[in-house]
Amino acid sequence: MPNPSTEPPKIEVKDLEFFYDAQRVLHGVSMGIFPRRVTALIGPSGCGKSTFLRTLNRMNDTVPGARPVGSVRLDGVEIYDPAVDVVELRRRVGMVFQRPQVFPKSIFENVAYALRVGGLRDRAEVARRVEEALRRAALWDEVKDRLDVSATALSGGQQQRLCIARALAVDPDVLLLDEPASALDPIATAKIEELIGDLRETLTIVIVTHSMQQAARVSQTTAFFYMGSLVEVGETTALFTRPREKQTEDYVTGRFG
Amino acid sequence: MKPAHTNRYFDVELRELRSNLTAMGARCERALQLAVAAFLERDAEKAAEAAALDARIDRDQVEIDELALRILALRQPVAYDLRFLATTLKFVTDLERIGDKATSIAKRARDVSGAALLPPHEDILPLSQKVLALLRDAIDAFVEGDVDKAERVLAAGHEIDALAKPLTARIVAWMAEHPTDIPAALAVMSVARQLKRVADHATNLAEQAVFMVRGEDVRYQRGPAAP
Repeated sequence: MPNPSTEPPKIEVKDLEFFYDAQRVLHGVSMGIFPRRVTALIGPSGCGKSTFLRTLNRMNDTVPGARPVGSVRLDGVEIYDPAVDVVELRRRVGMVFQRPQVFPKSIFENVAYALRVGGLRDRAEVARRVEEALRRAALWDEVKDRLDVSATALSGGQQQRLCIARALAVDPDVLLLDEPASALDPIATAKIEELIGDLRETLTIVIVTHSMQQAARVSQTTAFFYMGSLVEVGETTALFTRPREKQTEDYVTGRFG
Repeated sequence: MKPAHTNRYFDVELRELRSNLTAMGARCERALQLAVAAFLERDAEKAAEAAALDARIDRDQVEIDELALRILALRQPVAYDLRFLATTLKFVTDLERIGDKATSIAKRARDVSGAALLPPHEDILPLSQKVLALLRDAIDAFVEGDVDKAERVLAAGHEIDALAKPLTARIVAWMAEHPTDIPAALAVMSVARQLKRVADHATNLAEQAVFMVRGEDVRYQRGPAAP
């Protein structure tokens, strides 16, 4: 496992505050997100973990009144710099949501769409990249004989893996997952978690989850947010066996509210 | 005192576990007391009482294991709760062994009951009192989550060796002078040895208490015990 202290962070967040109009929802968050590790963000509803996740690929930009203060650097480059191409940023930092967002198109088109939007026209190359993405998302064997079937015919778990394949097709560096398994049954959840473990070898992954067991299973780093502040971030095993902060201890042991 | 869990049934289960551990620990202390008294007073009734308590301690172990496993499976505890449950499973193993040691000591009462001469055994009572005090502190340290108390137990391990050593020397000398009464001498030595082992278990219990509270594994960190 790469040691976060020897490898530079893929994303470095410094003194990040985030406002929705006058309301401050993040209070001076600073943390590094390291390559080839899964970083889990946990905390009660409204703690700011999803807002934080969305600041990492400027997904909050479209929310009226949303305003970040502070610094988010991807490979050392400030992503809130006006010169940054947001479309390119989101290609490099992909995102998968809680509910699978499949298009009412074929399985193939759902993945190919992302490539075509990116300007790829060569049909053979598109087909090759679609297969590669579906394989990486551990979905290929289940769908290779029915690529022209509508994606809406897939099960919830398959749809979610299709969304991951779509994100992978454009070859991102970072994958942001916002509760990717909360709408899935335990078997589909186990497949997603296994897939996260496989993808970690080549990607930087950040996952928001309400399931502490899931955070413990899939991540190497866990960050605990509470009321917009980052309370504690550290090795997942340490955080779940001997957390440093009392607030973390109370939250992970279920002594909260 | 930690704040209550959001789910109060979890708290009820943990309270039940803690109270069962306290009861099992108290039975271990009592069994040891009875066993030493049975030996020193050559009292068969007390020996039988100690053996009966040991049987109850065995049942305690099974019941506490079951309860701890059920909580682990249903609540999937983490952090302090996880350390409490994981150490509980070890804790009851040490307590159960202490019950066995009490039975062994009680059995030695039989070995000395027909002896013509009783070998020197005046060191047994103070040794047993010291061991009992350590055991009580170790159990309290765990149940109350008191690290200071646990560390005092860990620091006091050497005192047991210091008490047991001259006893052994005296018995060996006595055996040379009384070659026909060696079985009785061996019985006294055996009791001293069992008491030393109880002290070792008390040390384990104290180490478990430290781990439970601080999440720090302090096993194998002290110097080697005196031979």
